[in-house]
Amino acid sequence: MGQNETQLMELTVDDLKELRGLVSERALAGETVLLNMGPQHPSTHGVLRLLLEIDGENVVSCIPDVGFLHTGIEKTAEDKTYLKVIPLTDRMDYLSPMSNNLGYVLAVEKLMGVDVPLRAQYVRVMLCELQRLASHLVWLGTHAMDLAAMSLFLYCFREREKILDIFEMVSGQRMMVSYFRPGGLWRDIPAGFEDAVRAFMDHFPLEIKEYEGLLKKNPLWLDRTRGIGVITAEQAVAWGVTGPSLRGSGVNWDIRKAIPYSSYDDFEFDVPVRAEGDVYARFWCRVQEMWQSLRIVDQALKKLPKGPFITGNRKVAPPPKEELAYSMESLIHHFKLWTEGFTPPVGEVYVRVESPRGEFSCYLSSDGTSKPRRVHFRAPSFANLSAMPIMTKGVFIADLVAIIGSIDIVLGDVDR
Amino acid sequence: MADASVEAIQRKFPEAVSGPIEFHGETTIIVQPDRLIEVCTFLRDDPALKFDLLSDVSAVDHFPEHPRFAVNYHLYSLENNRQLRLKVWLDGEQPHVSSVTGVWPGANWHEREVWDLMGVKFDGHPDPRRIFLPEDYLGHPLRKDAARFYEEPQFTHNFDLIESQKPYAKE
Repeated sequence: MGQNETQLMELTVDDLKELRGLVSERALAGETVLLNMGPQHPSTHGVLRLLLEIDGENVVSCIPDVGFLHTGIEKTAEDKTYLKVIPLTDRMDYLSPMSNNLGYVLAVEKLMGVDVPLRAQYVRVMLCELQRLASHLVWLGTHAMDLAAMSLFLYCFREREKILDIFEMVSGQRMMVSYFRPGGLWRDIPAGFEDAVRAFMDHFPLEIKEYEGLLKKNPLWLDRTRGIGVITAEQAVAWGVTGPSLRGSGVNWDIRKAIPYSSYDDFEFDVPVRAEGDVYARFWCRVQEMWQSLRIVDQALKKLPKGPFITGNRKVAPPPKEELAYSMESLIHHFKLWTEGFTPPVGEVYVRVESPRGEFSCYLSSDGTSKPRRVHFRAPSFANLSAMPIMTKGVFIADLVAIIGSIDIVLGDVDR
Repeated sequence: MADASVEAIQRKFPEAVSGPIEFHGETTIIVQPDRLIEVCTFLRDDPALKFDLLSDVSAVDHFPEHPRFAVNYHLYSLENNRQLRLKVWLDGEQPHVSSVTGVWPGANWHEREVWDLMGVKFDGHPDPRRIFLPEDYLGHPLRKDAARFYEEPQFTHNFDLIESQKPYAKE
């Protein structure tokens, strides 16, 4: 044991040589200090380790180290039928399982060439926007708590709970919903759903006003967020930053507008954009997005069409249970779907959706069997986090906490 | 949708690209591995194309077919609202291709991920370490022929003990 301890001490010196090119030459000479922040640090939002090179209180370079939550979801998916991959997608970005479900089922539907009934599309839009609200609430609460605005955390989680109650109502689960299925939804929305959403919509605007009132012009908040963690529009695009973090740098790109999916073009909403590219701009964009999400949910509720909730294509969607009693064909379809699953044609698709964090994409490669050859998820947090070294040049350690909060990462999404 | 860009690339690099393959409205262009950087730089800088956003880099293992590995680059042009997929075919047990981090710096982590999980090496990558898995991990798990094993979690800093419990063969 004693020998191993000395080995540990020596390792630190050797490690520095491996970091050549990542940290400055001053670190190798011992002029600056290398410091680990995380993986168990309350403000890294999960298990993110940052290797910091610090000169006094200033960050010289910041090297994010990820992978602590890697669960091999893409490999696991290759061993499952297309339907059984949906629960895995819930567990990636655990703050927005609806968007992950949507990205995946849209890819499967594109591969299979399935049309989705309008009612299912509208319900999907509604739930995804509620999910965006829930996700932004967690972000706002934790981000504010990192910067010492304690009470906001409790307010945000209180409201989020009401959204999760709605999710429980439709899917039976608060978080791991697995509600979207290739071709539509698992089941129709239950009675009382519309009233529950209305009730939420009636009081939630007051809550957003309260959050805005607490933070938007708060001098302490402005001091901690303005001019911190700046990333320019060119840098953001080059580094693949997407979502509110990109729009906070003045680039007006929202996949819901640019490449509309699931009937998003039926709804009127604006895309909040702000040019500064700092922590405050990203904060502002997300808070404004909450208003737009409310608008979309409101329109979807008003326009919600009647009709089937899942496609009538029996090669993808299971028949209603009662049909099995009198239809041989339904029984065969049921049996085929629950044993073998469906078999898409050989090919590959790539589908983008706008998750609360940015571009969530699903790449599906099919070899013509009932299991995918390859499933790849483009995680928005992963790409956004890779741009963090750009944002953190020369900031104080305390500001680092604000920057991590402002890019809104979910480590389950980063590591998959 | 991407017809104009495909034509422009074919005119510029008649021998380096093939395709396009159209499937469900998605355009794929196959690029010769040794010409990848030229094609990518052209796609990014040409004023009519401007594929400025590299969304994703991923690799597919077609084991046991040959060529075995396909590396996909998903590009997007913010100005023209166009999508394009570049595909590079690689073969052999140690496939490698030029890194596009010089064209789109955002490729950095995506390429590290492909190297870590699929074992495709990116020449000229500024930080070619594994990204998710531990440094001492053997093999690349997303390959179809990757050995499946269970590794006991190690709650110790005793390196001799950790090494003795590793599932792979000892010297």
